[in-house]
Amino acid sequence: MSGSMEFLLWTKGPVFDVALAIFAIGLLARLVEIFMLGRAPNYAEPRAREWPAGLRTMLTRTVADPGTFKRAPFNVVVGWIWHIGFLTALLFFVPHVELIQGVLGFAWPALPNPLVDFATAVTILALIATLVHRLTHPVKRHISTVEDYLVWAVVFMVVLTGYLAYHRLVEPYPLALGMHILSAEILLIILPFTKLTHIFTAFIARWYNGAAFGRKGVQS
Amino acid sequence: MRKRSDKTLGESLRDHGLSRRGFLKLCATTASLMALPPSMAPAIAAALEQARRPSVIWLSFQECTGCTESLTRAHAPTLEDLILDFISLDYHHTLQAASGEAAEAARLQAMEENRGQYLVIVDGSIPGPDANPGFSTVAGHSNYSILMETVEHAAAVIAVGTCAAFGGLPQANPNPTGAMSVMDLVRDKPVINVPGCPPIPMVITGVIAHYLIFGRLPELDSYGRPLAFYGQSIHDRCYRRPFYDKGLFAESFDDEGAKLGWCLYRLGCKGPTTYNACATMKWNDGTSWPVEAGHPCLGCSEPRFWDAGGFYEPVSVPLTLGPTTLLGAGAAGAVVGGGLAALSRKKGRDAAATRQPVTVDELEQKL
Repeated sequence: MSGSMEFLLWTKGPVFDVALAIFAIGLLARLVEIFMLGRAPNYAEPRAREWPAGLRTMLTRTVADPGTFKRAPFNVVVGWIWHIGFLTALLFFVPHVELIQGVLGFAWPALPNPLVDFATAVTILALIATLVHRLTHPVKRHISTVEDYLVWAVVFMVVLTGYLAYHRLVEPYPLALGMHILSAEILLIILPFTKLTHIFTAFIARWYNGAAFGRKGVQS
Repeated sequence: MRKRSDKTLGESLRDHGLSRRGFLKLCATTASLMALPPSMAPAIAAALEQARRPSVIWLSFQECTGCTESLTRAHAPTLEDLILDFISLDYHHTLQAASGEAAEAARLQAMEENRGQYLVIVDGSIPGPDANPGFSTVAGHSNYSILMETVEHAAAVIAVGTCAAFGGLPQANPNPTGAMSVMDLVRDKPVINVPGCPPIPMVITGVIAHYLIFGRLPELDSYGRPLAFYGQSIHDRCYRRPFYDKGLFAESFDDEGAKLGWCLYRLGCKGPTTYNACATMKWNDGTSWPVEAGHPCLGCSEPRFWDAGGFYEPVSVPLTLGPTTLLGAGAAGAVVGGGLAALSRKKGRDAAATRQPVTVDELEQKL
């Protein structure tokens, strides 16, 4: 016998275990490798300390400089919008907070559902806009790879199925929730092996950049 | 005098002194019960007037009698209405007067006299054909053989309760008795599932009433449940739903939110994934129901509800994964990463050790 409830329990049980194990192994393997390889030794005398510059750059690089904004305002604005929307839904939706509590043993306060709902709707629209932009902008289109589209599709599926499940637009509900959980599991599985790793490496890279410039006494 | 089962329902009801007014009231209640418009009441009255009381054989297998207990609390129609007027309940362990040989003879006689016409109601799961039949027997026969013998010439089978419908508690991991549901075993007869632990009494009687009125089985969902009763989720019909939508949750059973009647999602309510009529029909003559009493829905009318995570774990929490698994996988990943880094370093060192300098002249010669 197999039905929507069995599907939901399958995604909540064995598939979740496998997906999270692959995610944890893959991510830790990549991060530990990066940290252990480190950087080539620099024998020059440092002109300033690495840490303050590194930490400062982690923050300053988060805001695009005026030049970048002028050249690609769409990327900056829409990129910001959907990243904030996605993180709001991911980290502050009550069921997600309960999930984090269940897996990690600790969590934080959640946001009211209507706020998360709004953020999700905005994220869906922004994600569609990024795809349209990617397909219509000649340069972007030219440099886009299969991985770019794959990552977009997986992220979009996670948000869309979440929205459909929350609004109970797919019947029966266990099927809708199961689809959402399965999409999130696919995201977890591909995360360490695609550009999605930037979720964890972006700030490390910024620190390295800032620290390198800081050591030379250069503004980064 | 004609045998009771030969009479039409109308005749039988009049014999019991039910007035025309009382009869129509019953029909109107039945119509609303099955989510039919009130205008259907006269049609229901006409159908019931002419309907013959079907013979019903009630088989109890691996069960706790909770479903029968629930049925005895039916109020519209009452169990008395049901047994005396709607159906001819020819065999039921708990309710029949006969016992032993006489009881079994009643079952066989009902099957013989109503061949192809009788209804079989099953409560309880059945040790499957491959399981040890000794786990549950009646009059020395295995549950499986009694079920198969009884359903062979039945018109339809109604699986009452989650055990009969989906295997229920006996089938919970590790399922020591090899328990199976009715629909796992009966493939060549229509099976209606009326799950719940126990099902709402009016749902049990409502399904039987539907069969009498329309002479056919009600419309079913993919789990064989009548859509009239299982078409909507608890969550969608819950009076606490506005609190979910606003994001107001009880965080413990005695906090301010619990006292104010906020949503029980975070306390493990399975209402979002559960399809049943508790929120609308309620229990005990419409007095209350679990969520109204302040307890989360357990999801008892869904398959595998005993194995579907802790009753006090929210729906979104995974079934088996905990911090230790995550830490273990993370540690394994760190070892792999360390290994990869060590390999890369070794490769770099080896390359440095075996490096053979070339001059520009040598390179040009090669080109």
